[in-house]
Amino acid sequence: MKRFLGFVKKEFLHIFRDFRTLIIIFLIPAAEILLFGFIVTTDLRNANIGILDLSHDEITRQLSDKICSSGFFIKSEDLLNYSEIDRELRKNKIKAVVIFENGFGRKLISEGKAVMNIIADGSEPNMASLVTNYITAITADFNSGLIQKPGSGNILVRSEVRMFYNPSLKGHFMFVPGVITIIMTLVCALMTSITITREKEYGTMEVLLVSPLKPVQIIVGKVIPYFILSIADAILILILSWFVFGLPVKGSIILLLAELMLYILMSLSVGIMISTVSKTMQQAIFITLVGLLLPTILLSGFIFPLENMPLGYEWFSMLFPPRYFITVIKNIMIKGTGLLYVWKETLILIFFTAVSIWFSIRNFRIRLN
Amino acid sequence: MTRNTVISVKNLVKKFGSFTANDNLNFEVFEGEIFGFLGANGAGKTTALRILSGLSSPTSGEVIVAGYNARKDPEKIKKNIGYMCQKFSLYNDLTTRENITLYGGIYGMPKALIKKRTEDLFERLSFHEYSDRLISSLPLGLKQKLAFSVAVLHEPRIVFLDEPTGGVDPITRRQFWEMIYETADRGITVFVTTHYMDEAEYCDRVSIMSEGKIVALNSPAELKRLYNAESVEEVFVKIARPAGTKTLSPEVKSENN
Repeated sequence: MKRFLGFVKKEFLHIFRDFRTLIIIFLIPAAEILLFGFIVTTDLRNANIGILDLSHDEITRQLSDKICSSGFFIKSEDLLNYSEIDRELRKNKIKAVVIFENGFGRKLISEGKAVMNIIADGSEPNMASLVTNYITAITADFNSGLIQKPGSGNILVRSEVRMFYNPSLKGHFMFVPGVITIIMTLVCALMTSITITREKEYGTMEVLLVSPLKPVQIIVGKVIPYFILSIADAILILILSWFVFGLPVKGSIILLLAELMLYILMSLSVGIMISTVSKTMQQAIFITLVGLLLPTILLSGFIFPLENMPLGYEWFSMLFPPRYFITVIKNIMIKGTGLLYVWKETLILIFFTAVSIWFSIRNFRIRLN
Repeated sequence: MTRNTVISVKNLVKKFGSFTANDNLNFEVFEGEIFGFLGANGAGKTTALRILSGLSSPTSGEVIVAGYNARKDPEKIKKNIGYMCQKFSLYNDLTTRENITLYGGIYGMPKALIKKRTEDLFERLSFHEYSDRLISSLPLGLKQKLAFSVAVLHEPRIVFLDEPTGGVDPITRRQFWEMIYETADRGITVFVTTHYMDEAEYCDRVSIMSEGKIVALNSPAELKRLYNAESVEEVFVKIARPAGTKTLSPEVKSENN
């Protein structure tokens, strides 16, 4: 045991003396959280729009005020006629134009309905759909205000949309589980495969194998520091996202930590498995990045929703564990569900862990003989 | 003079599939001896070395190292041997002292003993100014000496050196061999593989392997006499290559393997 502890200490020294490793472990996670939170946000804030009001009455004024005072939009242009729409959109200064038809207020009162057009810039599809959704929602809210007024009768259709789990549709909630998954994959799998192949490349592995340390002790001793640091990392991310973005963990923190440890264990064993098949650090890095990090980003539902993928891709994504883990932490963090709802994914993760440990041991034996 | 046997190999055979890497090896190594293990690349040296150091198991035959059977007790063998490989085996990002403490700890030495031996070592090599420097800042010659000292820090019965002087200048090589002699004088058996035939002359006895077999085993002087040669190198060239390939240079030969 004493031999083993000295060995673990040495591994910590390797980590703390290499500033590149430290950057990967501590700086990248923090930077990624803040980056995703503030810059790659999918929230709408202060988007410029133009308004073409052909009616100029009390109601259109109220409605456009409501849209522009919501905090989501700024009225930057008052357009005078249809011909200006195309010109203004092309200038790229505004994201959309809201058009009130001629006699909007009069029609609304006499006929019970009036038409408002939203023209959005389709060259930015995400932004366009965000803008139209927000304006529609604001209009719906305006409608409900009208209905409540006594004597207004049955005008307009009342439509109510409520977003469960993420009431204000904040984007942060979606990316935190994804970032945790990516960081865990990066720190655990990549760093483990690098640290083991480094010993092989430098020839120190041979000396260790000839020493009285057992191969299991060597491997476990090498990954323990990464296990501890990964958990610290995950907690760092959770605390950051709580303090900076106000995202609480709705479900059980203990369950969340247990699932985190399971995923860390799985990534570590995948890292070990990669190190048993690669001879050099470059090989290990390449296999980890292409075989693990890329699918984590593309096929986990983190950035591109799995539901929108062609069926073949969706099946393909089932071969990669990150998607299950993202489902698990989304459920626990955002929906607040318990083990009852994530046991299937948990079992799948345990299965992946077992397979990679089995594969590593088998490969290691073959290499030794 | 009868000497204690520390390595005894009888009818050692190691096969990988249909390929026979070690074909019926028989030899003994005595306590305090410097035993040279020569052979072209691919002659089966490394395979035999791995078996002797408990890393791999023989297909058949009996191998006793430091009193333990290589098939049944490889773990006990590991505790009683030291090992230094051709690649430099210390950690560059640890200091001299940390490297020594690490290996001492791995071999289960008590802390006080590690400390004492470390100080002795620094004294002997006049190494004090380097004690808390990172290994990466040391000159290659010093690193090599240090790696050897670390390999015998736990006073093993046998130390295996796998081409220890690769890439080292002649002066350092000479100093290195002086360390080997001191170590052998302390009663530690030195088992060394090398490519440098002049180094073979420094050994008490040398064995020469070719195509999985030991083709010669004797003292350098006796070998030279038997094969009517000026140097061990000449002996090696005469016998290490089978008939029919004699016109090839050793480099070509090793590539063909």
